[in-house]
Amino acid sequence: SAWSSLNMKAETGTTSRRNFGAAIAAGAAALVGAPDNAKAYDLPDLPYAFEALEPYIDTPTMKIHHDKHHATYVANINKATEGKDEVPILALQADAIEAGKPVRNNAGGHYNHAFFWQEMAPADEAAKMKPSAQLAELIDKSFGSMDEMKSQFEAAAAPGAVFGSGWVWVCVNQAGDELKIVGTPNQDNPLMKGVADEIMFPILGLDVWEHAYYLKYQNRRPEYVSNWWNVVNWDKISENCAYVVENHAGVSV
Amino acid sequence: NNDAVVQQFELPPLPYAYDALEPMISSKTLNYHHDKHHAKYVNTMNSMLAAAENDELKSLTALEDIILYAHQKGNVGLFNNAAQSWNHEFYWNCMTSPKNGGGKPPKQSHVSKLIQSSFGSHDEFVKQFTNAGNTAFGSGWAWLCYTSTPDNNKKLFVTKTIGAGTPLTDNDNGVVVPILTMDVWEHAYYLDYQNARPTYTETFLNKLVNWDFVESNLKKAMKMNDDKGEEL
Repeated sequence: SAWSSLNMKAETGTTSRRNFGAAIAAGAAALVGAPDNAKAYDLPDLPYAFEALEPYIDTPTMKIHHDKHHATYVANINKATEGKDEVPILALQADAIEAGKPVRNNAGGHYNHAFFWQEMAPADEAAKMKPSAQLAELIDKSFGSMDEMKSQFEAAAAPGAVFGSGWVWVCVNQAGDELKIVGTPNQDNPLMKGVADEIMFPILGLDVWEHAYYLKYQNRRPEYVSNWWNVVNWDKISENCAYVVENHAGVSV
Repeated sequence: NNDAVVQQFELPPLPYAYDALEPMISSKTLNYHHDKHHAKYVNTMNSMLAAAENDELKSLTALEDIILYAHQKGNVGLFNNAAQSWNHEFYWNCMTSPKNGGGKPPKQSHVSKLIQSSFGSHDEFVKQFTNAGNTAFGSGWAWLCYTSTPDNNKKLFVTKTIGAGTPLTDNDNGVVVPILTMDVWEHAYYLDYQNARPTYTETFLNKLVNWDFVESNLKKAMKMNDDKGEEL
């Protein structure tokens, strides 16, 4: 599909894209006049318009979530890594906790959000998609059925399960033969050492920080979560699955 | 009769009308924050208490004791809901109409004097409290607490907690009593300020702090701690 080819990453290791997003990140960092190539990380553009995920995720939320929250993580990780060798944001994940809070919170925040935008598509496009045979087989093997996976995912996303701010993920395990659902706090993710029992490779993730849904859903997080399936880009999720199983590594963003 | 009736709590009403904190905090926010979020913590806590099997837990009637019990036993679910019930009731009382709220406490008040002696100046307290509120990553709370060290050194300090965390569980090295809190979970400010948490923090300090309540908390804390029952 058109969305799938837009989201496809040609090679690993690509993080910087000169784009309008870079200007937003520069503004967010208040580094007026600083050359763009002084910063390792750019705010990626959304693969769709701000209103594209209506009515399931509202336009103001997409705008603020991307232009403010994500932009701030980009600005902050640039600050935190100033003077260091440039590495892809994926490469900062494994040792993020050891690297200390500025890296943990902001490398995690940048990666998680860049990953998140790519997973979604307008509802009418998403409705035409379904998991690949490989993904469907893994889902059935790991959970019994797609419905069962969604049910467990929604339970893991509940306010009592991820208490406060965090994310919920479907990951491929280390052995590469099973899918696991895991919730993580704040901007941690399963690629980070020490977060889960073993490092795992996300193929799907949902932001359940209140800023991801509060303008439209307020306290009704379960409604946000169950509505979210309408905008999941199963083509991209299937690509993620194929990639992580083949490469035993996290998806690049 | 061996069937003790387990404690059940009621959702306390807001100490003011839903629009009392306008335009700093909207009535829409207070509606959701009190009637949905706070209510859910109380209801969930009540359900957990009603289903409790432990005799010690079933005998507790004070919310603080339930919080400490849950903390001690590592009962995360009960702790989260009990502590959040306490934190929210405290938070409502920490605020008052912007007509009277915020700014500096009265010069002759105990809290004013203790802020001076503990921080050096009111501005330094503002700086630390602001920093605590703005850097509590994710969901949490900023606090002003009273402490009295074993050698009876009374002072105030700022701290921050994550999730449902509360200074009530910090009583290991002597007395720690919260006297002021600010909720920095996104639900506390998102409808009104979106990502601009620093603006919310600044507004809270400038316009909303109920210094009367803070003063009364401090006086209670100092009386509690003073074995000699000295007149304040």
